[in-house]
Amino acid sequence: MADIRVAYRHAPAPQFDDLVQQREAAALGMWVFLVTEVMLFGGLFTVYTVYRWLHHPAFVEGSRHMALVAGAVNTAVLIASSFTMAQAVQRAQRGLRRGLLGFLASTALLGVVFLGLKAYEYWSHYAEGLVPGALWTYAGQHSGPLQAFFFLYFAMTGLHAVHLTVGIGLVTGLIVLARRRRFTAAYHTPVEVIGLYWHLIDVIWVFLFPLFYLIG
Amino acid sequence: MADRVIPTRTNLMVLIGLLALTLATTLIARVDLGAWHLPVALAIAAAKTLLITLYFMHLRWSPGLLGLMALGAVLWLAILLGGSMDDYATRVWLLPLGR
Repeated sequence: MADIRVAYRHAPAPQFDDLVQQREAAALGMWVFLVTEVMLFGGLFTVYTVYRWLHHPAFVEGSRHMALVAGAVNTAVLIASSFTMAQAVQRAQRGLRRGLLGFLASTALLGVVFLGLKAYEYWSHYAEGLVPGALWTYAGQHSGPLQAFFFLYFAMTGLHAVHLTVGIGLVTGLIVLARRRRFTAAYHTPVEVIGLYWHLIDVIWVFLFPLFYLIG
Repeated sequence: MADRVIPTRTNLMVLIGLLALTLATTLIARVDLGAWHLPVALAIAAAKTLLITLYFMHLRWSPGLLGLMALGAVLWLAILLGGSMDDYATRVWLLPLGR
């Protein structure tokens, strides 16, 4: 067993009574940030709702251009990555370094798989001439509002992909730290807090998937 | 959060639940539900969100303050969406008769 059983003494920072209070403060800080993230994506979801209300037929048409299977597989991939992240936190809590490293690596890898599939989808939209702006060549029904649909699609899934890229970077950072034996059963706050961020990215996709792929 | 360690078994059950809901929402999308498409899809997304936040994000075992944060996000989002749609959905009322 490659557990960390070293007596690694982590004293709380002076403003905290103990490590539990310090960890709760860290989680609270991350949750406050996540609320601002919900507000950021919430603005885009509001634009989506308003445009869907104004141009319903174009939005139904738009969802028919989505690759349903690719979207569903990607949803499953991201859900699996949330599971491996939850497992990574659990291994960190138990001080099991090897398990922590394995689950962190799986999480980052699943994130990369998601981005790869998303890139393939973007490429096929490009091939169909469904990129709004100068590259738009689609001349079928509802071409105008359909551009708005695809603009929102690229803006929202793109912002989501940026967040996921940041998440993969953060998880990679955790792997480096875990390899240096920086986490113990007593101290693993970065794993927990980055875990919260990772799960929020999953939650946002849980809403993006039905709104773009399934409606209509 | 604190020191609660979530067993692998629980995480696995949440994973299976989430995958089942994903499959369900994908299959239901092929059935013609008319106006019920959106509410059903959103209800399934909300159920998935509950599973992720309560179990994977440990809200079920966290201090109430963190749950309050999450509820705050939902409440503010509802004000943003509700307020905007309250405007757009009622604009036609103000148009002159006959349009």
